[in-house]
Amino acid sequence: MFLETLGKSTLEFFRQMQAMGSLLVRTVYWAVAGPFKQKPVSRRGFFAQTVFSGLHSLAIVFFVDFFIGVVLAMQSAYQLEQMGATMYVAALVGVSMTREIGPVLTSLVIAGRVGAAITAELSTMKVTEQIEALETISLDPVRYLVVPRFLALLIMLPCLVILGDVIGIFGGYVVGVTQLGLSSGLYIDTTLEFLTVKDILTGLLKSAVFSVIITMIACHEGLSTEGGAEGVGRATTKSVVSSFILIILADALLTSFFYFAKT
Amino acid sequence: MNTAGEAVIRVKDLVKNYGGRRILDGISLDIYEGETLVVMGGSGCGKSTFLRHLIGSLRPDSGEVWMFGKNIAEASEEAMEGIRKKFGMLFQSGALFDSMTVGENVALPLREHAKLDESIVRIIVKMKLELVGLRGFENLMPSQLSGGMKKRVGLARAIVMDPKIVFYDEPTAGLDPVMTGVVDKLTMDLTKKLQITSVVVTHDMNSVFRIADRIVMLHQGRIVEIGTPAQIRNSKNPLIQQFITGEAEGPISFVQTSDNYLDHLTTETA
Repeated sequence: MFLETLGKSTLEFFRQMQAMGSLLVRTVYWAVAGPFKQKPVSRRGFFAQTVFSGLHSLAIVFFVDFFIGVVLAMQSAYQLEQMGATMYVAALVGVSMTREIGPVLTSLVIAGRVGAAITAELSTMKVTEQIEALETISLDPVRYLVVPRFLALLIMLPCLVILGDVIGIFGGYVVGVTQLGLSSGLYIDTTLEFLTVKDILTGLLKSAVFSVIITMIACHEGLSTEGGAEGVGRATTKSVVSSFILIILADALLTSFFYFAKT
Repeated sequence: MNTAGEAVIRVKDLVKNYGGRRILDGISLDIYEGETLVVMGGSGCGKSTFLRHLIGSLRPDSGEVWMFGKNIAEASEEAMEGIRKKFGMLFQSGALFDSMTVGENVALPLREHAKLDESIVRIIVKMKLELVGLRGFENLMPSQLSGGMKKRVGLARAIVMDPKIVFYDEPTAGLDPVMTGVVDKLTMDLTKKLQITSVVVTHDMNSVFRIADRIVMLHQGRIVEIGTPAQIRNSKNPLIQQFITGEAEGPISFVQTSDNYLDHLTTETA
C-alpha cells in the first residue's frame, strides 16, 4: 500500500517534470525562432511583465534581504566573537549572501509573488475559455503568454538578486558598524577582499535556473487548470508549493555541483 | 433554407471517447454554405464536444471533419492555422481577454494576422462594433460590461477577420429575453448580410426556432433527427417532443445512472 502510493506519486512527479520539460522546449523554441516565423510577441506585454515581476518586487526583496543580512551578521557574530574573529562577519555575510541566501530567498519571495500571480492569471484565463479563444484565433498560448513571462523573469530575477545581495550586505554592514564595533572602512575592505567574482556569478547562475523553475511551474499549472474558481485556487497553491520544493532541490544540486567541481 | 449550396463542413462518422465513456458515437453531417444550423440537445449530450471537434480544439478518436477541403482531424498545426483564420468562434461567456480593452480585443486577430495599417485596423474595429451595436465602447475594459455586451464584443471579435463560418457556443445562455432576442437577431443579420455559415449550439428552444434553417438534435452522442424547424416541430419522435415541451418525464431520463436504484442505495461507495 505504501509502496503503491510511493510509486504512483513518483510516476506523477516524473510525468509533471516531463510536461514541464516539453513546455520549456516549446517556450525556448518560440522565444528564439518566434520572431523569425511570425510577428514578434508584443513588446508591450513583455515590458508590462518586466515591470510587474521586477520593479514592483523591489520593495519586498529589499525588505527581506536587508533583514536577512542583519540576522546573518548577528548570528555569525555570536559564533565568531568566541574565537575573537568578529571582523570575519563581513566576509561571511558577503559570501553567503551572494552565493546562497540572496539567490534562494529572493527566488522564494518571487515564487510567492510572481509565480502565484502568473498561475492565478493563466488559470483564470483557462477556466473562462480565454486560452481556447487564443487558440481559435491561431495564437499559440505558449508564444503569446508564456514567452513574455519567461523572458521577463529570466532577466529580472538575476537583477533583483544582485540588488538584494547589495542590500543584504548593507544589512550586515549596519550591524557590524553600529553593534560590533567594526569600522566602516574595515568592513567594506574585508567584504571586498573575500568576495570573488565567482561567488557573484554562482549566485546569478542559480537565480537564472530558479527563474526558469518558477515560470515553468507557474505557466504549466496555470495552463492545465480545470474546474472553475476552485481549480484556480488549487493550481495557485500547487504552483507556489512546487516552486518552493524545486528551488530548494535545485539549490542543493547546484551547490553540491559547485562544491565538488571546485575540489 | 439554403441546402442547395455546397457543403462547407463534412463530418463523417465522428467518434470520441472520454474517460471510458463514448461522448460522440458516429456523427455524420453536412453543413451547407450560408445556412444557419442549430445543434441542440440536453446537457451532456455531446453537443459542446461536437463543436470543439469542428473548431479543431479536440481531435476525434476516429472519423473525419472536412472543412475548406482539409480533414482537420489530421491537419498539421500549420494547416490548422490557415483554416482557423477562415472561421470565428463565439464562446459561451464571450471569452474576452481581461487585460485588454474592448477595442484591443476585437483588433487582436487583425493585428496578429493581417498586415494592415493601424488606422485601418481602428476603422475595421469601429465597423465591427457598430455591427453588434456597441459604437463607442472601444476603450472600456471587459469587466465594465454586462454579460450580453461581452457576448456581443465576442461576436465582433469572431467576425473581425470576415470569416466564412461562425460557431456559436450557447450564445443566449444566461441572457434576459430581450438580450436573447438581440443576439438572435444579430446572428440572423450576420448570416444574411455577410453570407456567413453559422453553426449554433444551444438548448434555448425559443432561439432555436427563431434562427435555424436546419436543426440537428443530439442525444447520447448520436444524431436523433435532422430537419427544418417545421419538420422538427412536427416530429413524432418522443425525444424531440419532450425536449421542445420541456417535460420532466419522457425518454430523456432525468436520472443518469442505469444501475438498479436499490443496489445503488445498499452498496457502499468509497
